[in-house]
Amino acid sequence: MPTLKIDGKEVWVEPGTNVLEAAKKLGIEIPHYCYHPALKVAGSCRMCLVEIEGMPKLQISCHTKAADGMVVWTNTEKVRKARQAVLEFLLVDHPLDCPVCDQAGECYLQIYYMEHGLYKSRLRENKIKKEKAKPIGKHIILDQERCILCSRCVRFTREVTKTFELGIFNRGNRSVVDLYPGISELQNRYQGNLADICPVGALTDRNFRFQTRVWYLQQAKSICPGCSRGCNIEVDYNISREYKAGGRRIPRIRPRHNPKVNGYWMCDDGRYGYKYVDALDRILLPRRLDEGEPVELSWPAAYTMAADLLSEATKEGADKVGVLLSAKMTNEELFAARKLFSSLGVSRIGFRVEPKEPGYEDDLLIKADKNPNTKGAELLELGLGAGKSDVSALLDAAEAGEVDTVVIFNEDLSKSSEAERAEAVLPKLGRVIYVGTNWNATAAKADLVLPMATFVEQEGTFTNFEGRVQRFWKAVEPLGESRTGLSILAGLATALGLEPVSENAEEVFAELAEQVPAFFRGSATRNLVSTGNWLRARLGRR
Amino acid sequence: MPQVKVLTEFFDVPDSHKIDVWEKHGGYQAIRKVLKSMTPDEVIEEVKRSKLRGLGGAGFPTGVKWGFVPKDSEKPKYLVVNADEGEPGTFKDRHVIMNIPHSLLEGMMIASYAIGAHVAYIYIRGEYVHPARRLEEAIAEAKAKGYLGKGIFGTDYDLEVYIHRGAGAYICGEETALLNSLEGKKGWPRLKPPFPATVGAFQSPTVVNNVETLSYVPHIIARGADWFASLSEGTERCGGTRIFSVSGHVKRPGVYEAPLHTTLREIVYDFAGGIRGDKKLKAVIPGGSSCPVLKADEIDVRMCFDDLAKAGTMAGSGGVIVMDEDTCMFDTLRNIIHFYAHESCGQCTPCRQGTGWLVRIFDRIAEGRGMPGDVDNILEIAQNIMGRTICPLGDAAAMPVISFVTKFREEFEYHVREGRCDLEDRKQRVAMAS
Ligand SMILES: Cc1cc2nc3c(=O)[nH]c(=O)nc-3n(C[C@H](O)[C@H](O)[C@H](O)COP(=O)(O)O)c2cc1C
Ligand code: SF4
Ligand code: SF4
Ligand code: FES
Repeated sequence: MPTLKIDGKEVWVEPGTNVLEAAKKLGIEIPHYCYHPALKVAGSCRMCLVEIEGMPKLQISCHTKAADGMVVWTNTEKVRKARQAVLEFLLVDHPLDCPVCDQAGECYLQIYYMEHGLYKSRLRENKIKKEKAKPIGKHIILDQERCILCSRCVRFTREVTKTFELGIFNRGNRSVVDLYPGISELQNRYQGNLADICPVGALTDRNFRFQTRVWYLQQAKSICPGCSRGCNIEVDYNISREYKAGGRRIPRIRPRHNPKVNGYWMCDDGRYGYKYVDALDRILLPRRLDEGEPVELSWPAAYTMAADLLSEATKEGADKVGVLLSAKMTNEELFAARKLFSSLGVSRIGFRVEPKEPGYEDDLLIKADKNPNTKGAELLELGLGAGKSDVSALLDAAEAGEVDTVVIFNEDLSKSSEAERAEAVLPKLGRVIYVGTNWNATAAKADLVLPMATFVEQEGTFTNFEGRVQRFWKAVEPLGESRTGLSILAGLATALGLEPVSENAEEVFAELAEQVPAFFRGSATRNLVSTGNWLRARLGRR
Repeated sequence: MPQVKVLTEFFDVPDSHKIDVWEKHGGYQAIRKVLKSMTPDEVIEEVKRSKLRGLGGAGFPTGVKWGFVPKDSEKPKYLVVNADEGEPGTFKDRHVIMNIPHSLLEGMMIASYAIGAHVAYIYIRGEYVHPARRLEEAIAEAKAKGYLGKGIFGTDYDLEVYIHRGAGAYICGEETALLNSLEGKKGWPRLKPPFPATVGAFQSPTVVNNVETLSYVPHIIARGADWFASLSEGTERCGGTRIFSVSGHVKRPGVYEAPLHTTLREIVYDFAGGIRGDKKLKAVIPGGSSCPVLKADEIDVRMCFDDLAKAGTMAGSGGVIVMDEDTCMFDTLRNIIHFYAHESCGQCTPCRQGTGWLVRIFDRIAEGRGMPGDVDNILEIAQNIMGRTICPLGDAAAMPVISFVTKFREEFEYHVREGRCDLEDRKQRVAMAS
């Protein structure tokens, strides 16, 4: 292991580590633009220059391997001057349009200028004009004047998506980033990442730009519910300026680095798929149908009605009740629901909903299963054991008259492979209860609808396709009168006079881990520890 | 001081570019000797002892470079000839190719054998239409005689030579940009390390050599390393001769071959006949436009790599650019910086932005809008490029700036202050006085 000294402090690193990363280990940030840990080294911005004893010239720390006995200085007069010079060079042709630039606040020209620049401008010449505000993809706008030609975006399309849409054209200071001739727009499903990795305001996100200034945003760590990969994300939320972003509390979602799951990236479907959380079709109040007419309810009234419906049904026989949970629910919700319905004697508890068409999948991140917690539901041994679709099994039973009451959690059957049959069968049933986040064809026809919180409004865990249990945190309060799944189950348990259910996800998880072997040992547990989730605390206690 | 001719001796032989003529003058004997009786290591040793240095610009000892190619690598090895000849003031390689293409081909054969290459490329600048054709003809001649292709000269050694024509970028003369261009990529220099000797063309060990460098090799093998080394007297680390391209305000511009102990004064005054119109000499750039300029009183320097370095400049590509007393140094430097800004590949910040900024400052001054502090700023910008770039083009742009401005500062100050040229003004004053 090479041991080197950086700014007087000793550090050892894995062989092959570059000086920039070695410094990071000591908490020393060497400013840089072109270097990105997930991309090949370009060594072109020249911002990361450091002084290495025994070498006459300054060296770029991104391309210099740490060597045993190396003595590195990252903050000498010479280094500071060199950085300042690079910044000055980069700003020669920069339009300085920060007041109207969406990157302001998280732009590394601004950040490094304040930290390492602060020189007096010597530029008396005109700046070079290039193309501005050019849409280059469904989600991305390019401003060539703000581009510092770090080539991160180009390398991303070459090395990560391997779609090769972007290149740097022309020479010298006429160089521009652009789409290759013959390509009309970005074709990859990961383009949102380009806005993230662009260190300046050259690539901005068409969904996010001009919605709000970034300094109004707060962050919650979360897990993308878009597919069974479970990319780690950061939910950027704004609750201090309600009028921003057209009233959306969540203006954007960004990937959160997790080398074991998603690296630095997430897909566009996940990134832009969250908008239902602030959509106008959110279910905001409990509601029942009275002779086909909607009547809004208070929660106490809703719980009473739900309890009545379920008691009536179970009186006729608990096997007359079918429950369709959802692989979009958390492990805790699934566990609590299983417990509640089992204690009512219900055994038909499924969750598998087959989509109309199989989901898209690739070998980067995107999984065909568009649910975040299928694995969790499987580990909890839910399902009717009837192959792919629990919906089909429930509909079979309903058609055969074996089931006449269903409770559906957040699954719109009109989007499933059984859409037509569901449309025919559901209205004929005695009782349909729908618990969900947004209005849809299935919710519209339910006798009772209970509004549920979305993933940004609660905390919990999902188990991804590899069995990794990942925790997420709450960003904002449930919208309207909606409540978390656990809260709804707790209310039902009380109304039904059953053993109480905790509304606290952490407590439920503790119980779950105690009772369900898969969550206690094996892959799930190990991974939970590695991602720093609840089980670590539990194991610590043992 | 007489010229000593190793290569240029053949320039006057009629049809020296034809294989039969070349062979009549002893051509293709060295490669036969190498294939028959020398191991690759012996060839490399011989070239090392000859003190042959790279004549493309960097002056790296050729034998040493060949020795860097790993012997145990499973990958194919490549020889690449740099015939991009882009450095302003340099035009010797064209003469070598036009007059003695077989000397180059024979040198390529010997070098390929020494490093274990079976494929060699000649990367030639796109503008060299005739030289490219001449090379094609020479290759065809050699092929027809079994000197190229499978089992050359009846041995079991194979060698194919391909010509690749450039598309007009100076930067593609830089060896790693050249390799990218050869591979069909954008001509951007690569980060080093790794160096081409280990990771070069197509990810394989590669030697890049200049046209002239390789053309000496057959003569070194034929007449011995000691003979070649001794051509330059008293120059410890360089041997042989090199061809100087002399241009500018001299009576006889052209190519002159001479040993490396020749002084710059001898080249300007003896070979090139002195200054046109018998004017006074003002300055000389000794090795192509990227080398620091020397003033008239600094030309008693020997043209060997080490002495020129000691004099604060470089031997470079041997392009001697001579300027007489009527040369405006501001205009000259403005011209040079325009060239480098235009040719910067744009990859790294200091070169891309620095050269582009300098151009605009020079243009502004030329328009008569100089401002106080301009000269200092020019110097500082050049210093901020120096030593901070991926490839030496950054330095190549900065060095002339720094040397011109420091050595002729008054002229630059005058341009900034008055918005005109001191020389013009002086001429007018003289005219008015008479
Ligand atoms: C910007 C730039 C341009 C260059 N152009 C040429 C050229 O046109 N011809 C050449 O032989 N070498 C050129 N070189 C030098 C090459 O990089 C390389 O050093 C040379 O080809 C090696 O051959 P040698 O060792 O035989 O000199 C250039 C270098 C730089 C930095
Ligand atoms: S657009 Fe952004 S990421 Fe791409 S090269 Fe320019 S600054 Fe870098
Ligand atoms: S120094 Fe200039 S030419 Fe060389 S890599 Fe950098 S930008 Fe390109
Ligand atoms: S981060 Fe090292 S050169 Fe750009």
